[in-house]
Amino acid sequence: MRSISTVITSGVTLALIAAVSARAQTPDPSDWPAVVSQAKGETVYWNAWGGSDNVNDFIAWTGRQLQKRYGFKVVEVKVADTAEAVAKVVADKAAGKNTDGSVDLIWINGENFVAMKKQNLFFTPGWATKLPNWKYVDTRNPTVTTDFNEPTDGLESPWGNAKLVFFYDSARTKKADLPNNAEQLLAWAKAHPGRFSYPAPPAFMGTTFLKQVLYELMDDKSKFYKPVDKMSFKQYVAPLFSYLDQIKPYLWHEGRDYPKDYPAMKQMLADGSLGIIFAFNPSEASSAIEAGKLPKTVRSFTFSGGTLGNTHFVAIPYNAAAKAAALVLANFLISPEAQFHKQNPEYWGDPTVLSMQKLPGEWQKKFAALKLGVATLPPSELGPIIREPDASWTDAIEAAWKKRYGVAH
Amino acid sequence: MLLPRIIRGLTFVILVVPLVCGLVGTALPAFGYLPTLGGDHLTLHFFADLFARPGIGRSILLTFATAFMTTALSFLVVIVFVAGWAGTHAFARLQHLVSPLLALPHAAAAFGLAFLIAPSGFLLRLVSPWLTGFDRPPGWLIVHDPLGLAMVTGLVVKEVPFLLLVTFAALPQLRLEQTRRLAASFGYGRIAGFSYLLAPPLYGQIRLAVYAVLAYASSVVDVSAILGPTLPATLPVRLLQWMNDPDLALRFVASAGALVQLVLTLSALALWWAAECGVGRLARFVCAGGARFRRDAWLRSLSLGLVTLSAFFIFAGMAILALWSVAGLWQFPNALPNELTMRNWARHLPQITTPLITTVYVALISTTLAVLLTLGCLEREVVWGRRAGHMVLTLIYLPLIVPQISFIFGLQVLTIITGTEASLVALVLVHLIFVLPYVFLSLSDPWRAYDRRYELIAAALGVPRWRVLMRVRLPMLLRAILTAAAVGFAVSVGQYLPTVLIGAGRLTTITTEAVALASGGDGRVIGIYAFLQALLPFLGFAIASLAPALLFRHRGALRV
Amino acid sequence: MTSAKGLVLSSIDIALAHRPLIALEAMVAPGTVLTIMGPSGSGKSTLLAYVGGFLDPVFTATGAVTIDGLDLTALPAEERHAGILFQDPLLFPHLSVASNVAFAIPSSVRQRAERRAIAEAVLKDVGLDGFGGRDPATLSGGQKARVALMRVLVARPRLLLLDEPFSKLDMALRDQTRRLVFERARVAGLPVVLVTHDIADAQAAGGQIIEVGMNA
Repeated sequence: MRSISTVITSGVTLALIAAVSARAQTPDPSDWPAVVSQAKGETVYWNAWGGSDNVNDFIAWTGRQLQKRYGFKVVEVKVADTAEAVAKVVADKAAGKNTDGSVDLIWINGENFVAMKKQNLFFTPGWATKLPNWKYVDTRNPTVTTDFNEPTDGLESPWGNAKLVFFYDSARTKKADLPNNAEQLLAWAKAHPGRFSYPAPPAFMGTTFLKQVLYELMDDKSKFYKPVDKMSFKQYVAPLFSYLDQIKPYLWHEGRDYPKDYPAMKQMLADGSLGIIFAFNPSEASSAIEAGKLPKTVRSFTFSGGTLGNTHFVAIPYNAAAKAAALVLANFLISPEAQFHKQNPEYWGDPTVLSMQKLPGEWQKKFAALKLGVATLPPSELGPIIREPDASWTDAIEAAWKKRYGVAH
Repeated sequence: MLLPRIIRGLTFVILVVPLVCGLVGTALPAFGYLPTLGGDHLTLHFFADLFARPGIGRSILLTFATAFMTTALSFLVVIVFVAGWAGTHAFARLQHLVSPLLALPHAAAAFGLAFLIAPSGFLLRLVSPWLTGFDRPPGWLIVHDPLGLAMVTGLVVKEVPFLLLVTFAALPQLRLEQTRRLAASFGYGRIAGFSYLLAPPLYGQIRLAVYAVLAYASSVVDVSAILGPTLPATLPVRLLQWMNDPDLALRFVASAGALVQLVLTLSALALWWAAECGVGRLARFVCAGGARFRRDAWLRSLSLGLVTLSAFFIFAGMAILALWSVAGLWQFPNALPNELTMRNWARHLPQITTPLITTVYVALISTTLAVLLTLGCLEREVVWGRRAGHMVLTLIYLPLIVPQISFIFGLQVLTIITGTEASLVALVLVHLIFVLPYVFLSLSDPWRAYDRRYELIAAALGVPRWRVLMRVRLPMLLRAILTAAAVGFAVSVGQYLPTVLIGAGRLTTITTEAVALASGGDGRVIGIYAFLQALLPFLGFAIASLAPALLFRHRGALRV
Repeated sequence: MTSAKGLVLSSIDIALAHRPLIALEAMVAPGTVLTIMGPSGSGKSTLLAYVGGFLDPVFTATGAVTIDGLDLTALPAEERHAGILFQDPLLFPHLSVASNVAFAIPSSVRQRAERRAIAEAVLKDVGLDGFGGRDPATLSGGQKARVALMRVLVARPRLLLLDEPFSKLDMALRDQTRRLVFERARVAGLPVVLVTHDIADAQAAGGQIIEVGMNA
């Protein structure tokens, strides 16, 4: 017994020594060549939501490019919810693991970003704006520097835009009947019982739907962009919950169960269980038709008054083991090439965060020539973007929803 | 003599140290202590918070009731089936089916079941629209039903094969044929005769497996998430949600919940134990009355029907998953996909290689270690008598009784502190914690029930101890050993929580990938991963069942 | 330490949890049979376990077991060469009949072919010519008993322990087997300890009879 514990103890000691000596120099993005040379041979563990084939394929493609060009490895760590990645960093910190952490890069935005920022769990100082490819980023778009009303401070780098759009199967649902705002959607749901639903919050698509309805029903939209005021929260969300109460009996399974997430809703649209579904990517339906997951008769629509839109980012935890490679990866993601590949609906179809004016001419032409796909609305028909509310709304709405609908009757 | 002692010590360290550390790591935050997150004083506040959560009472009740129902149903189906059919041709044939049934990880079986019985599932597609008139899936709430019946079904179809397998391993130690003839000669029905005379010793041998089923069913996460109620979900599912919530304060609540989970599981076990005594007393009472129950044909048929049905659910579920994995567009009410394509596989195979290798590697090593450790511990029992290691051997079952979720968070912290996080060594060791008990559980009963006189004779012939072990005991127990190894392998392949936490996402297995990808709910992806998830353990069981059958094809006494 | 030929049991005292179970003193000459008689639970099988060297540690025992002057008491079972026959023939079910016998042949016989030949010859000796390749499960009760006996003898034991080996055989077979066993033991010059509760066994054995457990 004693010899065993000796072995264990010495093993632990060795491991600790190894951990300390392996601690790399903190990379500085303003000295880019040094970052690139430090990145070589590292392995980036990229924590990303793994629920979509398109995204996983794109990440795998990114990994191959970076291995080829910069000589480091990218491993996608698929999480069911970004919060899991945040939780890992927290667990690292709890155990005092302040170097060589288990997460190098997180696909993140909104409340997860705010939570980590408040906990000082990010690699500092802000590095995103110092990336060489930052010069292409469309900085006039406020959502690339303000994430859910929280300044990014360069702690995360944008790599894609999202916008809420709706899909329907034109073979089953008449175009003339389609709603043009939340109120009309309620009427549509009443006319077609069981044919509409939304993923149960905190699934982000479900929360997004709630925020869309809340925004539309709010009298004073400026409240949307201020931190939640506990005193008046109930009053502000009253119209939302009255709406949800009204729609509930007409939801799929009368709201006693909810779709798991967006890919599940896709199959439900294909089966005809649902008549209208929604996604956070305008070209998602085209990609799904391409992949044989939706019938060719599916089309998109949106609300003329606007739908929610946001930007998604990558961030580096304070204790990441491969910071240099993570920086190179983040920089590659905002290269014209990666953004072009990503926006192609054959691969993913995720809209770019770059400004066309800032791009070299050849790239401008390439982007302009991209085929949108049969079910994708042209930018002119996508309608205005409603910015995401202050991040505090997300948790508050989710909590209120869970309290009200989290236990079926 | 020294080797078994070291092995016993090692087994103790492997099982108990992580468990204790894990529990402490969970208990401290439950009472408010986790300085890094600002918890610096002890409080009961988080238990109050836990019990104030909406629907928490219902979650707990659901968890308790579904676990109990699962165990009772699985056990009844198995015991009645064995009573009614043991020794028949149908029974012998079924034995070859049990292993593949057991091989399928719970998550895969649950997905298969869901794709069968859902309103948009295969069974309804078969009869729509020509019979039902449905051209869209009806609004029936079958999967995720509020009473958890789908979940219980999903668990029962998986636990029945497990209990059957354990029973098969124990049966050769009973004098099945003689006893049956004896009972029949007194005019007892087949089932009654078995229940009076053989069920008590049989239950003695499979009791711990039944406890494990109960403990598992009361703390299962994956099956519950796939088939179980959602509003609210069962307690373990909600605990995992809270653990992963970015609101870090919920960690404390989750930890408090993890302790409640522990109490819940232990209460379920206590209730089962009480029921055990009650049923035993009742059986003795009925037996003393001399009731013969001769007309049991209907019950025999029913039990055969239920076992067949549970097998059907698994095999049909697997077939549907396989079909989904090659499906292109597949709209309701089409019974078959509109198009078949290898595109899904082509897309996923390149990404699967690494997790696949990790899965096999970890499962092989942890299973081999578990078998060796188990043999060592059991051999020590042989040499020193049963009582020598009894306390320690009881400890072996702890990881099966203590819900994973109750100590796994604390364990993760331990691996981080020791710098072994995301290392193969740590992953193998943490798998070993769960593989070892199952291997032990599968092997110890046949091992102990082994007729020692064979060894005494061999020793008396002047053959050295190790040679007796190698030439007599191990070959005679080969089937049991291989079965135990296959069980261990399947357990390792199916591990989700420990792999996610200790692998830290860097070491991924088929199962963690499956669950991560399943979060999207795409049938094609689920089909591919569930299929692969099932294939690995299936191969293990195929070897375990074919090898002895082949080796001993000319040995009548070793055919079960 | 005595240098007498045969088996000597001196001051044997076996207890279970401080409760005396059996105590005896005996000498068994080569080729003769000592019969221990007593009801079930009298500890007579425990005595065999002690002599054979596989006593369960729950028992405490003192006393010496010597054979031809050699003290066996401290030796493990496999070095005592005390052949044993139980109620059941206990042929190894995974081995063929010949392999069962070959398993017992001392390791000093190294050649595989030779071991095989010995096994076949021994089987022939008891009228089981050509049974070598058979599955033990296919043998009759009498055949199994004979294989079990030859398996013990081929190991060249120093003594023979019999734990009610005839009790499960039917009348005709029992007598026949009994004679075979005692005759072979006599020919081999083995001291035999027989444990039984059947007086017919004791009479057939013809040696000293010790009754145990009568006044317990």
